[in-house]
Amino acid sequence: MKTTEQKPERIIVPGPAGFHPPSAAQLGVMLPDPGQGLMYGLLEPREDAVIEEIAMKMLTNPNATLFPGPMVLWAWNDHAVEKAKAVLEIAAQIPNVLIIPMPDYRPKYPKIDHEEVINPNHPNLTIWGNKIEACIFIGVHCHYANLTLKMIRAGTNCCTSAICAEQGHEDAMLTIRDADAAKLRKVAQIFKRVRESMGLKLPENGENVRFTGTQSKVHGGKTHTNPLVFMPTPGGAAGAAAFGHKPEQMKREG
Amino acid sequence: MSESLDTEVKTNPQGDPITSVAAPKPTEVKKDPHADAKKQRVVTPEHMFFEAKRTKEFITGSEAAKEAVRRSNVDLSIAYPITPQSETMQLIGVLYGEGYVKEYYRGEEEYGVMSAIAGASRAGVRCFTATAGPGTLRGIEPIASWPGHRLPAVCMFTCRVVNAPLAIQPDNIEVSYLLNCGMIVFHAENQQDMFDFIMKAFIISEMNDVTLPVGVCCDGFFVTHARGYVHMQEKGIKLPPREAWRGAVPVLDAENPPARLSRDAPVQKSNFMAYNIHAVWQQEVWAAVERSRKYINKFMGGLCSAENMDKADAVIIASGSAAAQSREAVRLCADKGIKVGLIKVRSLRPFPTEELRQLCKNTKLIVIPEFNYVGWLAREVATAIYGHSKAKIIAGPHVYGGQSMPVELIVDEVESGLTGKKSTNVPLSAIMGTDVDQGAVSHFMQNI
Repeated sequence: MKTTEQKPERIIVPGPAGFHPPSAAQLGVMLPDPGQGLMYGLLEPREDAVIEEIAMKMLTNPNATLFPGPMVLWAWNDHAVEKAKAVLEIAAQIPNVLIIPMPDYRPKYPKIDHEEVINPNHPNLTIWGNKIEACIFIGVHCHYANLTLKMIRAGTNCCTSAICAEQGHEDAMLTIRDADAAKLRKVAQIFKRVRESMGLKLPENGENVRFTGTQSKVHGGKTHTNPLVFMPTPGGAAGAAAFGHKPEQMKREG
Repeated sequence: MSESLDTEVKTNPQGDPITSVAAPKPTEVKKDPHADAKKQRVVTPEHMFFEAKRTKEFITGSEAAKEAVRRSNVDLSIAYPITPQSETMQLIGVLYGEGYVKEYYRGEEEYGVMSAIAGASRAGVRCFTATAGPGTLRGIEPIASWPGHRLPAVCMFTCRVVNAPLAIQPDNIEVSYLLNCGMIVFHAENQQDMFDFIMKAFIISEMNDVTLPVGVCCDGFFVTHARGYVHMQEKGIKLPPREAWRGAVPVLDAENPPARLSRDAPVQKSNFMAYNIHAVWQQEVWAAVERSRKYINKFMGGLCSAENMDKADAVIIASGSAAAQSREAVRLCADKGIKVGLIKVRSLRPFPTEELRQLCKNTKLIVIPEFNYVGWLAREVATAIYGHSKAKIIAGPHVYGGQSMPVELIVDEVESGLTGKKSTNVPLSAIMGTDVDQGAVSHFMQNI
């Protein structure tokens, strides 16, 4: 006789989780091994399943947003540039997506412009201010990503995803690990497949990324843009000393 | 007519005649003092810890620490030697002379040393230092700041008395001050542990999802000055260097202005800071401590080890030198026909909570000998297994202020615990669990 398989209860879900909820680690969530991912605090052996779920959330939740961090915003080396290009390829698959950067980790004085940037010291303001209900963090150093993810889970209803170059993030609702440029391109392909399976079309002119207020101002009042026109040129490694990166080291990621 | 001799007389710089002929100088070959260090090969941690052939030597704990550092690819070591507690940092100086440690200097005092270690780790290099007793407490403000700044480093604590009057004798009370800093804390039983734990600490400390300092503690004198057999890999291999770019935080950019002394701005509750930023920061530090468990399991074989547990009448739980004494107590008990198990706790942070709950779920008696007055390990164990075991817990015997621990003291507690005979060394108030005077326990808990 067949019995219905009981699925374990989800642990890390969109909040608000409370005034000061325990961290995912305190709740017993452990980071995935290579090839695996975490889906709502539960181990998902098939990484692609996690990527599909991220795509579903980013394609259906209001005000889906990409939050690129310093490791893909600045041209530390050629590999960083390659990753930045792949992030734009992901953005190109999400209709009406926002791109709001996390350029550094210093708190913003005297007040953050929550429409334009996100910061690990007060990320909830950006989520609240833009009514973001799905987001992806890419290229944020793990410590600051973890602070950000904890605070968003505590105080907002946003479904967070973290695409991590290292071991992943247990405080994100959805996370995959070892994301080098090749894996980011794979993410873009899966996003494309999921989007097409849902019958969602991109604008014919390719302008699917929605500008924020300031972005719109500096682009002559345009409301949308094609992310692929912002493809960066290969960068020198001059700035790499700041993060101790060398191109050959970053190539070894994953 | 006398014959004059015009022979030239050679003189030294003072004008004295040189009466002996110097042997011809051999062609001097200057030996590069760093030659052997330069020949070291980098191997994987797995090879170093599990595959590399080892040979046995009879050395002190300080020498074991030196040999661990020799093989750990250390960039910087800063000393405030706190002699005579441990000669470790002098020995690291020898390594610097030989080229095994790239930079080395003496700090002004421990506060300065620990602050400088913070700066060096933040700048991305692999750091090692050692201190003890009052030195630990003098340096504890910067030490307690290391985890929050996510600074991987290894500090060896060769524990000794910290209380007045001044003494340099063994006592591991200082461990209790380290337990709540947010750092990872190991407790070495002997010279072999000292050697292994230090090397493994570097690797665990620098894992991206950990990125935390590790304190490797031992009981001073018993481990640092006494000799023991240590199985060591050849000197020609070393661990891979730190890959700072892979840490959980960016390294400090000291080359491109504006340089900042502190990477992270002060965090205050205000209109430009979320109310819970410091709270989640602390959560993240302790989450990183949790994440270190899998690496401790992988590289150290577990947070604790259990011996002789099958059908044991009682269990001794101990860490550091107390584990060595307890192992002998287990043997003496066996001679008396009492079967006693031993759980040796290697990692105090993270603490082996789940492991102890499993191991002690059917245990009737737990004895926890310690080299300090307050019994910090007993508190940790009681908290961990509360509600998961009905064992009577004897928080003792304790020795402190430089006393050694006679094995018979531990055996007495096992016998007293099993028979109900009154102990001469542990007050009733230090006994927790079922069938105990709750008033005495309450008094005990208030007084520790």
